[in-house]
Amino acid sequence: MNHDPLQRESPDRLYTVTGGRGDTDTRTLDSVTLIVSECEPVPGMQSEHAAILRMCVFPTAVVEVSAELGLPVSVVRILLLDLLDTGRVAARHPASSVQRAEGHDPETLKQVLLALQRL
Amino acid sequence: MPSNASEQRTAPTRAPLATTADNALKIVVVGGFGVGKTTLVGSVSEMRPLSTEEIMTQASAGVDDISAVRDKRTTTAAFDFGRITIDERRVLYLFGAPGQKRFWFLWNQLFTGSLGAVVLVDTDRVRDSWYAIDRLEHHRTPFVVAVNRFGPGPGPGLAEVRRALDVSDRVPLVDCDARSRESSRDVLVTLVQHVSGPVHGSAPTPASTPEDTQ
Ligand SMILES: Nc1nc2c(ncn2[C@@H]2O[C@H](COP(=O)(O)OP(=O)(O)OP(=O)(O)O)[C@@H](O)[C@H]2O)c(=O)[nH]1
Ligand SMILES: [Mg+2]
Repeated sequence: MNHDPLQRESPDRLYTVTGGRGDTDTRTLDSVTLIVSECEPVPGMQSEHAAILRMCVFPTAVVEVSAELGLPVSVVRILLLDLLDTGRVAARHPASSVQRAEGHDPETLKQVLLALQRL
Repeated sequence: MPSNASEQRTAPTRAPLATTADNALKIVVVGGFGVGKTTLVGSVSEMRPLSTEEIMTQASAGVDDISAVRDKRTTTAAFDFGRITIDERRVLYLFGAPGQKRFWFLWNQLFTGSLGAVVLVDTDRVRDSWYAIDRLEHHRTPFVVAVNRFGPGPGPGLAEVRRALDVSDRVPLVDCDARSRESSRDVLVTLVQHVSGPVHGSAPTPASTPEDTQ
């Protein structure tokens, strides 16, 4: 059994799905930003984009999109930014990314604790 | 890569979140190879842990530039995650991330904005945790240390493990059996109480140091 999480990935495939662009975008998508589709896939759309639109009918975290597409998180981020730019998906950013300085609000911590204690 | 999650209690595959979900939270479980990260995540997750990967450049510098992907030396680092729905708006994601030094770039994106971290320690390989603990302290990410006991014998006591790890008395240190839902839940509860406590939050929590009472 391969016990090393380092695995070879075909660079060509990754390069192809992102159209070979390498734009550094300042809008950040956290690994748990929730993505929601704003429209349905249309014929002729890039297959990864169509798959994302189908998947994100319900809110879906960036890492969940990554796991389902079998693509690295940073590749998925680029695909998602394309869709965000054209208004085809919306992003619900974690509250922690907005209020980072203050940390997590007490009500959130309380609700997390209660949910864990119910497990 | 097939994960050993299939050996675990079968949780349903990923069910959709409520349409009202808008605030995702993170807790990161970090530790050496085979220390029980996936097991712990699977024990409390409402779905079978999913595995995914992030690109790791030769320089381990993170990927700002996707053209780095063309580099033939590109490799990826695998990690997995599970999920616990908190309420109609909040959802908690639990990540299992490898603790070795070369994966630090992966932690940066997982630790940022996280509630905190669990450092999972195997008493036979305590030093595997040093680097992760050092980075967490540097990041000022709140964390707890959970000792996953594998051996047939009792192994070293918690006070001894604390000395070997050289962590402050303020860092909670607890025993854990990652295979047990209750035990894994208790580790997470300890973390969230710690995060809510006087050091990191506003609500007071009793400073419990169970290892000193043994
Ligand atoms: N005895 C015992 N075995 C455990 C415990 N936790 C995990 N295991 C077993 O140890 C093995 C490794 O556990 P994993 O959860 O895959 O560990 P991991 O940290 O995710 O491993 P990698 O991702 O490969 O680094 C599995 O066969 C588990 O069933 C524990 O608390 N006690
Ligand atoms: Mg694992």
